[in-house]
Amino acid sequence: MATATGVYHTSYRTDLALRHTRAEYVRLALALGAVVVLPFLVSPYWLTIVNQIGIAAIGAIGLNILVGFTGQISLGQGGFLAVGAYTSGLLAARAGFPFPVDVACAVLATAVMGTLFGLPALRLKGLYLAIATLASQQIILWVVTHWDVVTGGTSALVVPPATLFGWQLSGDMTWYWVIALCAGVATLAATNLMRTGLGRAFVAIRDHDVAAEVIGVDPFRFKLLAFFISSAFVGLAGALTARYNLIVTWERFTLDVSILYLAMIIVGGLGSVSGAIYGAAFMIAVPVWIEELANNLSSLAFLQEDMPAIQQLIFGLTIVLFLVFEPRGLARIWQRMKDYFRLWPFRY
Amino acid sequence: METFIELSVNGLSNGAILALAALGFVLIYKATGVINFAQGEFLLIAGFVIWFMVVEVGLPWFAAVGVAVLVGIALGLVIERLILRPMVGEPVISVIMVTIGLSAVLAAIVQIIWGTRPRPFPDFIPAGSVELFGATVAENRLWAIGIVAVALVGFTLFYTRSRDGIAMRAVADDQQAALAQGISVRRTFALAWALAGVSAVFGGALVANLVGVSGAISSFGLLVFPVVILGGLDSVPGAVVGGAVIGLLSSYTGGYIGGGLETVIPYIALLAILLVKPYGLFGQVKIERV
Repeated sequence: MATATGVYHTSYRTDLALRHTRAEYVRLALALGAVVVLPFLVSPYWLTIVNQIGIAAIGAIGLNILVGFTGQISLGQGGFLAVGAYTSGLLAARAGFPFPVDVACAVLATAVMGTLFGLPALRLKGLYLAIATLASQQIILWVVTHWDVVTGGTSALVVPPATLFGWQLSGDMTWYWVIALCAGVATLAATNLMRTGLGRAFVAIRDHDVAAEVIGVDPFRFKLLAFFISSAFVGLAGALTARYNLIVTWERFTLDVSILYLAMIIVGGLGSVSGAIYGAAFMIAVPVWIEELANNLSSLAFLQEDMPAIQQLIFGLTIVLFLVFEPRGLARIWQRMKDYFRLWPFRY
Repeated sequence: METFIELSVNGLSNGAILALAALGFVLIYKATGVINFAQGEFLLIAGFVIWFMVVEVGLPWFAAVGVAVLVGIALGLVIERLILRPMVGEPVISVIMVTIGLSAVLAAIVQIIWGTRPRPFPDFIPAGSVELFGATVAENRLWAIGIVAVALVGFTLFYTRSRDGIAMRAVADDQQAALAQGISVRRTFALAWALAGVSAVFGGALVANLVGVSGAISSFGLLVFPVVILGGLDSVPGAVVGGAVIGLLSSYTGGYIGGGLETVIPYIALLAILLVKPYGLFGQVKIERV
């Protein structure tokens, strides 16, 4: 199979294309094939994990648009997920909205809420913005746990099962296809976004905000747009969490969740759509593997008691080690592997 | 009136402890420009080390505090050398996330060594109560205010009188100019982390005295943010004023309004300050019009 040794563009059309070489089309076909056969290969327990990874990937892609592409740090991810999950859950449980409608409302509501809490970004940047979004996270979560009349406070909100065209969406297998479809659309949307003028404006603001303004990118407008678009993805992830799990509890949306999502995009690769997916898979699958490993190896039985602490230790070490040794994440490692085999047997 | 005095003393003593925790934070930010999300875990480790040395090993108080100070210094130096130095020149998000990752690691290590069971902290300051202007006030809170005042005066003297303190201010002001004067910036960075470890010993002991020795100590680390933003991220007097204001604010809110609002009011204040006066009351203003 021929791979291109150099990619020469003769028109803007080919330059902007998502895929340039035949190898890239083959890889896409292989990835799609893997998505189709995956649910039949894994155990029922792992299917629930795969579903969680799919939902998390949507949220991580959204966060990466904001943090990785636009350079606006957000510690408010958990709060925005909560807005999406509670909007969808409440509309379905209390107002009886049919399935896709409540999710659409949740996406819109989260996007609006994200823009509102993104307003400080107009005056702040860097770590000041990080602290402002930390405050947003704490405020949203406080409202969720204290606004008893609407959210039910700290008690769980039970969500009725979703039906689509009279067909009840239940079971992990059915949801796998729903989530895979949503994640696929999200991936495609984010990848395409980055080829438009809007996506380039985001990157310009990240790379140098003063230079961006000089070349005619209005930072105010595009920062708020970044918050809007990013939060829309996050809202979708939140709404899917509510509808898939059939229950919404505030513990799923704490500051730890915000940090988990930031870890996903850092481990996966900041500013990379595929990186967000790798990162989501890595950060959710690894703790499960560790737990299974400790369960299966009797010599590690003494670790059972300290399992939460060990998982937390590995979580922290993952973040620190990636940042110290490979700040550009799994996406960069994958890129290097591809380069190695493409140039083989030569070094460069 | 009695309620008002009680609430004021409670608020001020919480605020004093917050100020001490914030001080370690400001020390690091001022000298190195790093925002340390692991400050709460520094307090946690200090609290556990003192508890372990006094209750399990049976050392006298001053010796236990001495051991904790040594641990704090070692911790600061190791973290600076192994983790923060490779981060020089990396984007803000990386520096923030590395300290967040660090906080997870430190909390996990404490949990693996000492478990999750909360323990009472041995009384090192009297636990009785005194009458003050007709109100009953817990004695340990007054002591906390006093200890914090002494520690803050000590740090202020260090900054204004000692050679190292002045060098640290020079590095904070302008690294290149400091280098040209023959100040070792690396040594100053290490010193800032070591001092943050030392300040955490006092903060950790006082927080542990209030809430017991448990993971709850590290949640004080998050409350540092409203304090430092109000006072200004790079200002030592700002940390003191910010601590007092935030402490009083949440104490009065809890006493007069209640309903759990006191847990969120510092963050609402934080957002409001950021929108109106992003560099805080005493922070250095950097004007940039984008």
